[in-house]
Amino acid sequence: MIMNSGIPLEFYLVLATVMFFTGIYGFLTRRNLITMLMSVELILNSVNINFMAFNRFLFPGKLEGHFFSLFVIAVAAAEAAVAIAIIINIYRRFTTINVEDVNQMKY
Amino acid sequence: MTDFGYTTWILIIPFVTFLILSLFGMKLKGLPAGLTGTVALGLVTFLSYFTAITYFTGGGISGGSFQKIVAANAVWLNLSDHLHIDMGVLLDPISVMMLVVISTVSFMVHIYSLGYMKGEKGFERYYAFLSLFTFSMMGLVVATNIFQMYIFWELVGVSSYLLIGFYYDRPSAVAASKKAFIVTRFADMGFLVGILLLSFTTKTFDFVTLTDINGPAIASKGGAVFLGMSLMTWSMIFIFMGGAGKSAMFPLHIWLPDAMEGPTPVSALIHAATMVVAGVFLVARMFPVYYFAAPEALQIIAWVGAVSSLFAAIIALTQTDIKRVLAYSTISQIGYMIFSLGVSGYGGHDGLGFMASNWHLFNHAMFKALLFLGAGSVIHAVHSNDMKDMGGLRRYMPVTNITFLIACLTIAGVPPLSGFFSKDEILTAALHHNKILFAIEYAVAGLTAFYMFRLYFSVFHGVDRHYHHTPHESPATMTVPLVILAAGSVFAGFLPFSSLVTSDGVPFESHIEWGVAIPSVAIGLLGIGLAWVMYRKETTLPDRMTSLFRHSYKWAYNKFYIDEVYIFITKKVIFRHISHPVAWFDRHIVDGTMNGIAYVTQSVSSMIKGLQSGQLQKYGYVFISGVIALVIAFIYLVK
Repeated sequence: MIMNSGIPLEFYLVLATVMFFTGIYGFLTRRNLITMLMSVELILNSVNINFMAFNRFLFPGKLEGHFFSLFVIAVAAAEAAVAIAIIINIYRRFTTINVEDVNQMKY
Repeated sequence: MTDFGYTTWILIIPFVTFLILSLFGMKLKGLPAGLTGTVALGLVTFLSYFTAITYFTGGGISGGSFQKIVAANAVWLNLSDHLHIDMGVLLDPISVMMLVVISTVSFMVHIYSLGYMKGEKGFERYYAFLSLFTFSMMGLVVATNIFQMYIFWELVGVSSYLLIGFYYDRPSAVAASKKAFIVTRFADMGFLVGILLLSFTTKTFDFVTLTDINGPAIASKGGAVFLGMSLMTWSMIFIFMGGAGKSAMFPLHIWLPDAMEGPTPVSALIHAATMVVAGVFLVARMFPVYYFAAPEALQIIAWVGAVSSLFAAIIALTQTDIKRVLAYSTISQIGYMIFSLGVSGYGGHDGLGFMASNWHLFNHAMFKALLFLGAGSVIHAVHSNDMKDMGGLRRYMPVTNITFLIACLTIAGVPPLSGFFSKDEILTAALHHNKILFAIEYAVAGLTAFYMFRLYFSVFHGVDRHYHHTPHESPATMTVPLVILAAGSVFAGFLPFSSLVTSDGVPFESHIEWGVAIPSVAIGLLGIGLAWVMYRKETTLPDRMTSLFRHSYKWAYNKFYIDEVYIFITKKVIFRHISHPVAWFDRHIVDGTMNGIAYVTQSVSSMIKGLQSGQLQKYGYVFISGVIALVIAFIYLVK
């Protein structure tokens, strides 16, 4: 426990949980695609915080947590790029980014 | 014995002709198609006559009697070791006689139609159907077993249907063809039931075994008793039902007058000379079985024949359509033949009725075909079927006039024409059997003479009507058959029929019974005389008679309302009380169950399809709820 000073682990976990459920809530309730995308980013980042916190508190000196976080950030960046491209196309096609109005392929 | 193997060609030729005409008829176009059919039929006629001459002059005789010869036989459908359906050719006096009748009339009709049907739409179709009919009818008479007969029996029904509905653009013709088909089909159902019962009791279909008087079929005495009659008797009654349908016996006669919608030569061939006597032929073919194993059935046959002949003769008095008069006359004459079989005994002179029936069949084929063809010639000239549009035609159509007169005299039984001989034998047979039946047939003889001469006088005598153009004699293709058939009706009476066609194949001597012949000629002449007085000149006498017998006239004019009775029974009784409930059950219960299942499936699926909304957020909601529920469950419930 070399650098175990200041903020305890629980604080990080509480922060991550709040962020996670904020993201879930936003993803389920918002109909705007951009907002939904932002919610997904929140969820991913809460996971990153968890990774970093556990890495630091449970396995200090190891790098797996860092790697995973970097990995998630990279994937999230790619995902955001693709998602925004899709959203732009949907907007051009339907002039809306409300998910409920984009229902041509339903049933 | 002579080898009769070549007789199979009598069947093959018309069938091949039918195939050629129906497949390539469109290419042959008109006259060549007709000539193909006619030439092929000429060949068949030649073969039939050759067969008849060979058979009757020794080829068929063995031990002093005519034998049943199986000229060809092949197993067609093998049901079991004992029961199989064959196809073959059976020659005996009646089938050989029928070959002659069918080929003669059919050949005459083929020639006649070259003129009559000239320029009609579907000329080659017409000849194809004629060939089909000839093939089927030939197959019917030479059948070696009752099942082969049944198959060809249905085939003649089909060709009759096709030919009645030949003018398929006329609704009345279409209705008539359907009526004929349905009524005869209904009767054939009885025939089929009869065949099944018969083969059940006798274990065979074969005619030679069935009609062998020492054979197992007759010796079995008919099996179990049902409602007071043996199973054999029931089967023979059912078989006769088929015969009565085809032969238009009361009460299954309703299709025949309507069948006159077909072309007139067809009426001559099918609905006068050949197909409608199939019932007579059937009873004649099964005669030993009827006589020895089912005498009650034979009694029914005698009464049905007598009632039909009287009933049809009365209706014929009142009809004004020339072809309908002839149609009722046909029913009446076939009634005679059926009746004559019913009063006949078996063997030697006892089999007089059998001989007379076949003789009358032969003569009737000639003179009735002649009458129909003559009527066709008249219709061809004046373009109407109604006797009211005809009159004084003897000046314009001499050949038709003379031949028609000969036919009328023949049917009226004036000696020495053929009708006189056969009718005399029938009446003699009746007198020996039953006095009441004799009285009925005696009266019918007078009625026949009267209505035929009513027809003759009002068409060929009397005043001219307004014709569209002056009536002219028909072309030679039409008049030559008339003359040939007239010669047939004159001379057929001199054939020694009793030494050719007998119930047991043994020839016997028959004489004219003058005690019967003189009164029957007298009543015939009386009928002719009455017709002369009433119809030769335009008088008010017929109208006065009509008003005198107003009510009975109305009944007879409306054919005793038999058609209406049928409509009442079918529409008001069967349709309303049986078919409608059954249809309701089908529509609501049977269909309802199926529709109900489909409806439930559909509504359930439309209810749950909302779950498959395609909205990611709803899926996510469900997913996360599930995860939370599971997490709670694992934390608090699973320890």
